[in-house]
This record gives sequence, structure tokens and C-alpha cells, in this order.
Amino acid sequence: MAEEDARRVDAMFHALADRTRRDILRRVLAGEHSVSALAVAYDMSFAAVQKHVAVLEKAGLLTKRRNGREQLASGDVAAVRSVASMLAELEQVWRGRIGRIDALIASDPEQKD
Amino acid sequence: MPVTDVKHDLDALTLTITADFAAPVERIWQVYADPRQLEKIWGPASYPATVVDHDLTPGGRVTYYMTGPEGDKHAGYWLVGEVDEPRSFAFQDGFADLDFNPVPDLPLSANVYTFTAHDGGTRATYVSTYASAEALQQVLDMGVVEGATSSLNQIDDLIAA
Repeated sequence: MAEEDARRVDAMFHALADRTRRDILRRVLAGEHSVSALAVAYDMSFAAVQKHVAVLEKAGLLTKRRNGREQLASGDVAAVRSVASMLAELEQVWRGRIGRIDALIASDPEQKD
Repeated sequence: MPVTDVKHDLDALTLTITADFAAPVERIWQVYADPRQLEKIWGPASYPATVVDHDLTPGGRVTYYMTGPEGDKHAGYWLVGEVDEPRSFAFQDGFADLDFNPVPDLPLSANVYTFTAHDGGTRATYVSTYASAEALQQVLDMGVVEGATSSLNQIDDLIAA
């Protein structure tokens, strides 16, 4: 995998590792939201929500545009379903299987370390 | 986690994962050769697998279904290709209806699993190739997800709504 793709996938996982960010992403995939409207929905400061939006933007999962004094965020459906993200998702399936094989062989009797 | 390397080839739609296990090659082979062990590792805890037919020989078939949290069942089958026990086997992984008839409209993935002795244990290499981005998406839409990825699925549901 090219370094750039690897970085993108890492950024995507980092972005999606946080519950608030996943929630923000769900909202903006459903339609454009202003950052201030998003901030109202969470029990945190505007700056904190803005930071979450920035992380999602950096991972390429949402795009922002300015409209006067407002920042409007919308989710990038294609990015969420990009090949990179799909392979990353499959990678997680595989990591799960490999982890289970590891657990299975670790539970073998007479395991010699 | 024993995963040592992951490669995503976006052009070839291929995922290659390398893992090192602290057990001999024959032991890792058993995981696939024994249906009771295979079903323990194939599906996540939220989607346990049940292996029904199991014939890990060239031209043989392995059939399984996974049961989701809502009791929903997702069936699949392997068409086994080359087998070099205990070193490697190749198979096509596809979707089936609940009578294990292959679903022709759903894509197959081509898989090659290789096990070699390495550092007193086993190095396993898993290569999965998908026919198209659409095929990849269908594989994921079948609900074979766990942990961190179920959140992505919720997002998918929202897109589909």
C-alpha cells in the first residue's frame, strides 16, 4: 500500500475512533449542517466540536464551506465508501479472525512457550 | 496482535495480511481443516459462524452461515481450489441463500492462504482479491463486521436510508 494511502486510512480510523465524531459524521452525511448548529447538539464547547470537525475534514470524511459567518459541513459519502476505507474495513474483519486464531491456539493444552 | 504486515492494493482490489502465530504450521492448518475450529474463528462474537459442509480438498465445498444479533442469517460458501496440505489452500468465497445455493448476482472473492514455518512458529499470509469496488461493497454490506467497523455500518445505513 502506498504511504499516502496508509496515512489516509490511519487518519480515517483515527477520525472514526471517537463516538462524537462518528455522530457528527452521521449528521453531516444526512445533510449539510453549520458547525454552530452541530455544537448545540453536544455537551461540549464550540471549540471542541470545531476540533472534531477539523479531524473529520483532515481524514477526508467531510468538507467545509463558508457561507458568510457560518461554516457549513457536509459528509463525503464517496470517501466513507471509498475503496481505501472498504479495504480498511475488511482489514478489521481479518484482524478479528487472526486475533481469534491466536486466542484459539493459546488455549491449546500443553502449550510450550 | 500477531498481525505483522497489511497491504492494500487499491488498483488490484487486493488485501494482503501477514500474521505470525506461536504454533507450528500443522496446528494452524488444523484451524481450517476442522470445521468446529473454523467456525470459532470465522465470525466475530456478534456474528458467530456455523459450518455445515466441510470438504477442504480440490473442488470441494465448505458451506457456512453466520447468525447476526437480530437472529438474521447470512450464508456463504467456499469453492476450494488448489490444496497443498498443510502449506496452502486457495478458494473462492461467495454468498449463498439459506439452502446454500450460490447467489449468482453476488460477487466471489479469490483467496489464497499460505502457511510457512517462521521463527519457531508459523507465518500466515492471507490474500483476498475482489472483482470490483462494487463487489467489495457487497461483501461489507453482508454484515461481516465487528468492533470498530460497526460504526461505519451505521453510517452506511444512514446513506442507504
